Amino acid sequence: MAFLKSREAILAGAILLLLALIAWRFPGFVAPDNLARVFNDTSPLILLALGQMAVILTRCIDLSVAANLALTGMVCAMVNAAAPGLPVPVIIAMALALGALMGAVNGLLVWTLAIPPIVVTLGTMTIYRGIIFVISDGQWVNSHEMSDAFKALPRAELLGLPVLSWIALVVVALFALLIVRTPLGRAFYAVGGNPGAAVYAGLNVGRTQFWAFTLSGTLAGLTGYLWVSRYAVAYVDIASGFELEVVAACVIGGISIAGGAGTVTGVVLGALFLGIIKNALPVVNVSPFYQLAISGGAIIIAVAFNARASRSRGRVILKSAEHAS
Amino acid sequence: MSLAERATIPDRLNSRLQRAATSWELLLFLVAVAIFIANSFASPYFLNAWNLSDATFNFTEKALIAFAMALLIISGEIDLSVASIIALASTAMGAAVQLGAGTPVLVFVGLATGLACGAFNGALVTRLGLPSIVVTIGTMSLFRGISYIVLGDGAYRGYPASFSYFGQGYVFWVVSFELVLFALFALTYYVVLHRTNFGRAIFAIGNNPTAALFSGLRVRRIKFVLFLLTGLMSGIAAICLTARLGSTRPSIGFGWELEVVTMVVLGGVNILGGSGSIPGVVIAAFVMGLVTFGLGLLNVPGIVMSIFIGLLLIGVIALPRLWTIARTR
Repeated sequence: MAFLKSREAILAGAILLLLALIAWRFPGFVAPDNLARVFNDTSPLILLALGQMAVILTRCIDLSVAANLALTGMVCAMVNAAAPGLPVPVIIAMALALGALMGAVNGLLVWTLAIPPIVVTLGTMTIYRGIIFVISDGQWVNSHEMSDAFKALPRAELLGLPVLSWIALVVVALFALLIVRTPLGRAFYAVGGNPGAAVYAGLNVGRTQFWAFTLSGTLAGLTGYLWVSRYAVAYVDIASGFELEVVAACVIGGISIAGGAGTVTGVVLGALFLGIIKNALPVVNVSPFYQLAISGGAIIIAVAFNARASRSRGRVILKSAEHAS
Repeated sequence: MSLAERATIPDRLNSRLQRAATSWELLLFLVAVAIFIANSFASPYFLNAWNLSDATFNFTEKALIAFAMALLIISGEIDLSVASIIALASTAMGAAVQLGAGTPVLVFVGLATGLACGAFNGALVTRLGLPSIVVTIGTMSLFRGISYIVLGDGAYRGYPASFSYFGQGYVFWVVSFELVLFALFALTYYVVLHRTNFGRAIFAIGNNPTAALFSGLRVRRIKFVLFLLTGLMSGIAAICLTARLGSTRPSIGFGWELEVVTMVVLGGVNILGGSGSIPGVVIAAFVMGLVTFGLGLLNVPGIVMSIFIGLLLIGVIALPRLWTIARTR
């Protein structure tokens, strides 16, 4: 019964309702192969939302993920264009390292200088985006400049699913393990739930936040390679404004912006919810220009919903304390 | 702040002169002068009354929003949707033009849209008790999203000639209408923040909202008014910007929220609330205007300038903290 009342169940219900509404007019949308395509298309959002989840759990926010993705993607594309012989695993390793480095810069500024995360990541967002222009001179890296192996990886099929989808599935599984089963994962919750108590429990709040940012950056770096190779183009403005969609996926998925609450299932469902809407808009003949307003509206509704749920819990605790005394 | 530092009680307060000499505003003013001198050496075109007058357009519109944003941040809230309010207000004015509205109606539409957006933000934050960062990240997408729904990849043009005065008019010689507006609002906000009970209340709320509430301040109402003001100033900025450009696209003012917040923080306002001053914001506006104008004269592209803005934003907060860390060691 408790499960049915949980946010994940409500969200899953909302997604099923959404799918049913679309299927009512356009049955082709819910065909298994189309749903697989929608999942594949949502994979980058899922990857970034997981990293963002770790950051938000520790009471921070990372607005630089889309710029990090774009910069890493551009570096990967330029390296590939300059040295087509370089094997793809090396490029992926480079993407992970570069993404982690940019995340670590955010984390260090938050940890050692205690600058508010929103300020740090607003700043690094423009800095990273500007660096893309500086290194690329505003030029595009086009499909014909990339090697075939570079472009093939995310599209290659394995057991009927593209590698991009498999990567998302594997990362979701690993991330869930990290969050639920490791000291670092539990520290994310502890630090965000009550920083004061976390310090007394022997946790280093700043260092935990640093690792959350590094994790978010690493996932953004990985997604950077996948994004550029999938769309076979890199330029300054790729994934512009994507950070808002990432935050939206987290908030819709029930990650409390006050930190310390939320689940991996919720985040994946939140991302899928946005992904389904994005893919359904052209099908139901609505202009894609609606996308931005819809994610904005969804953030506001979700956060209002979250606040309501958490507030009632706070009052109950107070009442029981009153009765006890 | 370390515990030892907090526990020390000084024998006497620093004198007024001593405080002025070590103030953030003076440091910032010296930076502005240094940039001014550097610019005049870097480009022969800098020291020209008309060029300098043009340079003011780089910051006047953003500074109008920054004044209200300073009050909002001092009270402990933030509004990241200001640039999107510009887009929505500009779109509303563009739509009004298509219906044949004249200049007075356009101004009214711009102000009303700004106020409505501010009221929406304010109601969500103060009535539902939601964190302002998330609410305004949401409305940032929502407001600009509505502009995209209305305009798509199109644009509104055909603003009446008399409307362009707000963005292109000059009051006398090189003093533009926008510069006069900037000066008037700087004065107004100075008086409101530093010389009225309302201003004191904003500082009190920013330092400790609970204590402010128990002191009898109407915390929620004051915060709501501040969101209204920020929306109104964004509406005014939308009027000036639209009049200056003469057209409306949904991407109008994209990324301005960052520059406005940078201006406020550069001006010495504590991003966590509780302290700050309007003179600081005014000088910060000049600093940012001079930097972007100087870089522009040196043919530095806009996106590279944004790297400087980003570094400036992080740098001005990081440097004082690095300084304290170095001193306490």
